Amino acid sequence: MSYTVLVFVKQVPDTQNISGDAMTPQGTVNRAALPAIFNPEDLNALELALQLKDRYGARVVVGTMGPPSAAEVLRNALYRGADEGVLLTDRAFAGADTLATSYALSCCAKKLGKFDLILCGRQAIDGDTAQVGPQLAEKLKIPQICYVEEVKELGDGKVVARRAIEGGYEVLSAPLPCLLTVVEGNEPRPMAGKRIMKYKRAKTPGEVAKSHADANYTDEEPMAAELAKLREQGLLIAEWTAQDVDADPARIGLKGSPTKVKNIQSVVLTAGEAKSVPATDEGIALLIHELITDHTLG
Amino acid sequence: MANFFKDNPDLLFSLNELDLSEAVALREENYRLAEQFDTAPVDYADAQDNYRRVLDVVGEICADNIEPRSRQVDREGPKFENFKVTYHPLTQKNLKDLTDADVMGIMLPHRYGGLNFPVSVYTMMTEMVSRADASLQNLIGLQDIAETICDFGSEEQRQQYLPRFATGEVDGSMDLTEPDYGSDLQSVRLRAWQDEKTGQWYLNGMKRFITNGCAKVHLVLARSEEGTTDGRGLSMFICEAGPKLVVRRIEDKLGIHGVATCELQYNDVPAQLCGKRRFGLIKYVMSLMNGARVAISAQAVGIAEAAYREARKYASERQQFKRSIDQFPAIYDLLSSMKVQLTAARTLLYETTRAVDLRNGYTQLVESGRDTSPEAKAKQKYYNKVAAVLTPMCKALATEMANRVAYDAIQIHGGTGFMRDFNAERFYRDARITNIYEGTTQLQVVAAIGGVIQRDNDVRIKELAALPLPGKLDRLREKVMELYRKQLDAVSFVAEKKDQAYHDLMARSLVEMETMVLVGLLMLRDAAKDEQREPLAERYVLDSIPAFEQRYLRVKSNDMALIDNHRDIIDY
Repeated sequence: MSYTVLVFVKQVPDTQNISGDAMTPQGTVNRAALPAIFNPEDLNALELALQLKDRYGARVVVGTMGPPSAAEVLRNALYRGADEGVLLTDRAFAGADTLATSYALSCCAKKLGKFDLILCGRQAIDGDTAQVGPQLAEKLKIPQICYVEEVKELGDGKVVARRAIEGGYEVLSAPLPCLLTVVEGNEPRPMAGKRIMKYKRAKTPGEVAKSHADANYTDEEPMAAELAKLREQGLLIAEWTAQDVDADPARIGLKGSPTKVKNIQSVVLTAGEAKSVPATDEGIALLIHELITDHTLG
Repeated sequence: MANFFKDNPDLLFSLNELDLSEAVALREENYRLAEQFDTAPVDYADAQDNYRRVLDVVGEICADNIEPRSRQVDREGPKFENFKVTYHPLTQKNLKDLTDADVMGIMLPHRYGGLNFPVSVYTMMTEMVSRADASLQNLIGLQDIAETICDFGSEEQRQQYLPRFATGEVDGSMDLTEPDYGSDLQSVRLRAWQDEKTGQWYLNGMKRFITNGCAKVHLVLARSEEGTTDGRGLSMFICEAGPKLVVRRIEDKLGIHGVATCELQYNDVPAQLCGKRRFGLIKYVMSLMNGARVAISAQAVGIAEAAYREARKYASERQQFKRSIDQFPAIYDLLSSMKVQLTAARTLLYETTRAVDLRNGYTQLVESGRDTSPEAKAKQKYYNKVAAVLTPMCKALATEMANRVAYDAIQIHGGTGFMRDFNAERFYRDARITNIYEGTTQLQVVAAIGGVIQRDNDVRIKELAALPLPGKLDRLREKVMELYRKQLDAVSFVAEKKDQAYHDLMARSLVEMETMVLVGLLMLRDAAKDEQREPLAERYVLDSIPAFEQRYLRVKSNDMALIDNHRDIIDY
């Protein structure tokens, strides 16, 4: 039998290449200042899904919530072996905290229909909360195993997974459908050349509309024809609004987010006690003398 | 995330500036293949975008995965037990990464599951892989085997093997050298015999120094015509690994430790004839070898790139006499010379692959019957000639350059470079084979000298000489053209002398002088496109002049003494 595996991923600012203007004065991330990348642990989640596809046969559907440009992570997932992508995008989703995000994703999962597993990265490098996966499982009322390193077994209506715990690991079993959050552990496969050459043409309806708007089309027909062609070729990335997934407007976006940023403190890490030694023979002799005196040397 | 494609401005320049539009249009059958295959490009810009994206992926794999594994692979190498070769687990991971990226059949046509990329782009990948781990190049470079089956095998053989190469299911080896015959392949003895009743061919004999001889699919040069002793009695066969094909031992080598070099014993191994009988050496193996020579040139450039970068980094970090050593003339002289030679070799490398791509494109066009007009045939003939002279010139230049650069990289490290804790010594060991296998530099000279005497590069030299260049570059070009006039003079001097020994003795000088003229013009062309390259072009040209003059004087000296008295010298 073949499984359906949903993988929820996030496009994040690359916080490893951080610069001075990375934060806005309001305390949110200045996304324009940082390159957008595939959240690293979400790549591990995708890799795990693709390994399950290789081992047991599965349809891997990758979903993300974000601005229209987040379609890029979906294409990236298609290049690596995902079967379908879904972009959840709507101005109404903007400004969501983990509660509103997990609610929106739960609506998306319900809309996608029957699934066996949901995989998420443990946490995203921009917020580092590790809350969305667990909250999503709660909202869908399904069991969850967090900090998963590998799936030992899938079958007989259950999943057996190994999860990292402090000082070791434990192996847990849970009935399907089930949600796993995945930690760094596997090596995400590279993007495949042939899939790149095919799926680089994959677009969301929003991207198609934008390219036509840029080209100053006034006629809707060429756009409809392009959408139909992309759909026929399997290159149309689904794009859903809040309404499409029947989300309650009061529970999404800023409105649905009780978390408020109260205060932002910029912490500048400084070195501890430092002492400078003049780069002269005298300076070095003094330093050595001091080190011998306090028994660091000798 | 590090990336060996994005961090290399010279490689990016090569891809951006190398005009492959004609070759790619031929390869993609004027982009008609796009109607049939969803991976085929719709136009040249689309194709370039594909090349860039795939090279980007490979560049990342090379930097993040392969390079960090390379030292351990070099130290531990493959295992050989009970006549079975097992590659290092990290080598296996490297192969899996590249297989997952779909680049194991990067040049194979779309219909066999390949990416249908031109040789030029394959070469860029080869270069990056070699920079990360030179020995791995020997494994992925053997996809040239698949190319040869594609070019000369029957449709049935293509169907049987090519999709398996493209998915990485099988790997290949080219089994040419024997214990007694290396450079002298005409004398190969491995016997191919045919069962008269069934028509089945069998192979019997020995092969030696076979890179990846533990491969699943082998292309074998064998004597199919009993009683013959020369190259015309040899045919090419395809066989698969099995109990009758025994790996007797693997070699303990100076470098490229990651790949197994095998001695093979054929005990009546069942085989298929590939192509026509008697064409084994004269057509198919020559084609295979020429492909491999381009790949080895790229391997050499990749090793040199790695060695140069280590040396550059070390020289900026190492402090002596209260200064980083790259501030001393003796050191920056070495570094500049390394960089200029590396850049020069790369520009000739892609000049060569471009000619190879055009040759392949027109050959395919003519032989498939899509266009048999005299114009198409003339182009096929022209690019065939140019590729035939550039390939050995390029291999000689690139592999000798890699050895010098790797040697100087150790020199810049000083005593540290002699220690195995640093990478410099590995690059030196790995570089050392490049100017030996697939034909030594001495044999590359033999392969190139005919084209030099026949002036097969003249059309291209004149094209390059006619490019518009700004002031300073134009003055430098005048200097190169002065060398060119002297080259013509030297060539006719040797040709008119009609003395075989003198011709052979001077061949290397003539080939090297030809290379200086051609590469000088290429460097100037590149400098005109990017002014940051001006100092490199200038350095190349100015350094060429004394090197050229020295050779010119030697050729024109008419000094026959060595021919007469070399024995007295050698045996003193």
